[in-house]
Amino acid sequence: MTLPMTTPDTDLDLWLAQQTDKSLLRFLTCGSVDDGKSTLIGRLLYDSQLVLDDQLASLRQESRNRTTGDEGIDFSLLVDGLSAEREQGITIDVAYRFFATDKRKFIVADTPGHEQYTRNMATGASNADLALVLIDARKGVLTQTRRHSFILSLLGVKHVVLVVNKIDLVGYDQAVFDSILAEYRAFASPLGFQTLGTVPVSALRGDNILAASANTPWYTGAALVPYLETIDVSQDRTEAKFRFPVQWVNRPNLDFRGFSGTVASGTVAVGDEVLVAASRKPAAVKRIVCMDGDLQWASAGQAVTLVLDREVDVSRGDVLTRPGETPEYSNQFQARLVWMSEEPAFPGRSYLLKVGSQQVPATITDLKFRTNVNTLEQTAATKIDLNEVATVSIATDKPIAFDAYAENPLTGGFILVDRLTNATLGAGTIDFGLRRAQNLTYQSFDVNRGVRAQMKGQTARIVWFTGLSGSGKSSIANLLEKRLTAEGRHAYILDGDNVRHGLNRDLGFTEAARVENIRRVAEVAKLMADAGLIVLVSFISPFENERRLAREIAGDIDFAEVYVDTPLAVCEARDPKGLYKRARAGEIKNFTGIDSPFEAPSTPELVLHGADEEPAVLADQLHDWLKL
Amino acid sequence: MKTQALRQALDAGHYDAAIGGARRDEEKSRAKERIFSHRNSSHAWDPKNQRPELWRVFNTRLNPGESMRVFPISNWTELDVWTYIYREGIELPSLYFAAKRPVVERSGTLIMVDDDRFRFQPGETAREEMVRFRTLGDYPLTGAIRSDAATLPEIIMEMQASRTSEREGRLIDSDSIGSMEKKKQEGYF
Repeated sequence: MTLPMTTPDTDLDLWLAQQTDKSLLRFLTCGSVDDGKSTLIGRLLYDSQLVLDDQLASLRQESRNRTTGDEGIDFSLLVDGLSAEREQGITIDVAYRFFATDKRKFIVADTPGHEQYTRNMATGASNADLALVLIDARKGVLTQTRRHSFILSLLGVKHVVLVVNKIDLVGYDQAVFDSILAEYRAFASPLGFQTLGTVPVSALRGDNILAASANTPWYTGAALVPYLETIDVSQDRTEAKFRFPVQWVNRPNLDFRGFSGTVASGTVAVGDEVLVAASRKPAAVKRIVCMDGDLQWASAGQAVTLVLDREVDVSRGDVLTRPGETPEYSNQFQARLVWMSEEPAFPGRSYLLKVGSQQVPATITDLKFRTNVNTLEQTAATKIDLNEVATVSIATDKPIAFDAYAENPLTGGFILVDRLTNATLGAGTIDFGLRRAQNLTYQSFDVNRGVRAQMKGQTARIVWFTGLSGSGKSSIANLLEKRLTAEGRHAYILDGDNVRHGLNRDLGFTEAARVENIRRVAEVAKLMADAGLIVLVSFISPFENERRLAREIAGDIDFAEVYVDTPLAVCEARDPKGLYKRARAGEIKNFTGIDSPFEAPSTPELVLHGADEEPAVLADQLHDWLKL
Repeated sequence: MKTQALRQALDAGHYDAAIGGARRDEEKSRAKERIFSHRNSSHAWDPKNQRPELWRVFNTRLNPGESMRVFPISNWTELDVWTYIYREGIELPSLYFAAKRPVVERSGTLIMVDDDRFRFQPGETAREEMVRFRTLGDYPLTGAIRSDAATLPEIIMEMQASRTSEREGRLIDSDSIGSMEKKKQEGYF
């Protein structure tokens, strides 16, 4: 089956060494639709002779009905990989391309210019050292140019090349080039790019791509490829503070316990003292284990397993660091968020936050402002829509270790994940930890919930009713409270309508207000349960996310989600408050069941069928189930 | 056929993830792949609705029935693979090295006559040629290339001078433009 290996080949060894020495530049291309990004990348691939004969043949065939350069090829066809992209002539998703010159290897992320796919641009930018910002010489700086440049700065891309494309279509006019340059510089100066290169090109005709073009004698700078071959983008991560996010505790048998992961930054050597970022527990590195044997030291980018000299509590998600170089450790921080989902972001809603290998539930506690990406102007907001950028405070359920993104992107960049669909909803960069959080600790008192509940001869708990308006929640809760009171127990009903007359009278019925409505009620329910009461919460609470949040706020308090499952038609026929009628008439907006959704609970503790039985029967069913 | 077998095997094992060696430089729709690529409960890829993938933060969460295809060497090139094989001294199946083999030329592709399962079309006969396989896929749908490269250094040198793409020999790709994308949507790697 296999052939013996070849004997070592000296020439090849030499050539291989040269390949390994070649540095790698990761860059992305961005700009507006039709600026010619794909054409430029196609041109780079073609000119570096990476377009192969069989691909060329199929390209010539596909190019017949398109605008082509001297070679008769539409270069954009090289990179637009999806059928829909070729049909519509636009780039939908980020595509990665590879080429090499004698001096350097390149990975190009071709990112979409179309506004609705801006999230993919952020994706490309998160792993790029440099960005080409394309501008159509005929159109100048556009909204998308500004938006993309702002996202580049948000994601910490330090090097930008302004590529003024289609310069052939403005007659190779220097004045056009100069005025675009001036406009862009004025916009980009607050964005903090370390270098800003500029080059006038025609991607279609090849001007100033590989070498200086005779058509632009007024341009004295480097052509694009030579510029990319020589620019220094090195950011030595080995010089940075030591960060080792633990991915996995490797424990094959009783004799071995190691912590596996990739060194995010800095270096580590055998004998070094390290700290667990969360507990500040110290230990010394005993071994650095690799597939090929032990190492004496390891640096940023290497995947290794660290064995420590003593037993310390470390699990997946922990960060190992070094004394005097510890990251921030807090449950609150300020961050900038790029929202990537059709479903807007709301303060108070619970998401899953992932940073490094840590994964924790988190909520946006404060939406400070939205940044208008065209003007950089800051405006107030109650939600964050798709492709918007906002500055927020985020609170995590438990403290996490992190750095400011500007200091370390690998420990300061995070994503937010939907807790139901598991979709990636947004990406954020941490500005700084909010130290307040560390100073604010819970006061613990000697008289606690257990003592208070015992005085009342009961166990404190929360019964959370959910269901459509008119489903029978309040009737059942009312009957249950009566029965509990008759038995000498202490219960209290938190009713949606009543609470909205007082505590929550400042809230309307938008999705954002509904999220906050539930959060407040869950906190009140928790306080009441803490006082030893049996709390009956009767709220429509239409969103699964918020019910989950309520359960989390309850913490270790016994929490039962009771779904009063009554069909919409039945509720609407009952219409005790005449609300359905008014909603149908368009007098009430955002009415659950009519023009606002009700997400039925997927795993309630108990389902009561409101259409099948009288409320009294259901209240008794619930009473029995509660086993008080 | 490979797609069906793969889907059946994944269903049988209820696997959360299948790790593959696909690379972004191979083919246009693969250039759009994530490193952690989400598949729905019928193993389908939805290229227009992929999860954004930032930094090294991978969203690996799945709902019941869903799965991941994971491509750790997504950013390697074909040349990277061969230089790595050379550096690490990895053994390879002999089909990757040039040898005299019986082949039939069909629509510009050299199909190897492996055993008596091969069905000759009218007028076809096998002839001996120095060939090797640049990629190994379904038999008999993967074509060989004419080559004298019988050792790893020779292969690497040949590749440097190569003017065709790696997947040129795979009939599966050339059904029509966009066929790989379609196959991936159905559950192909």
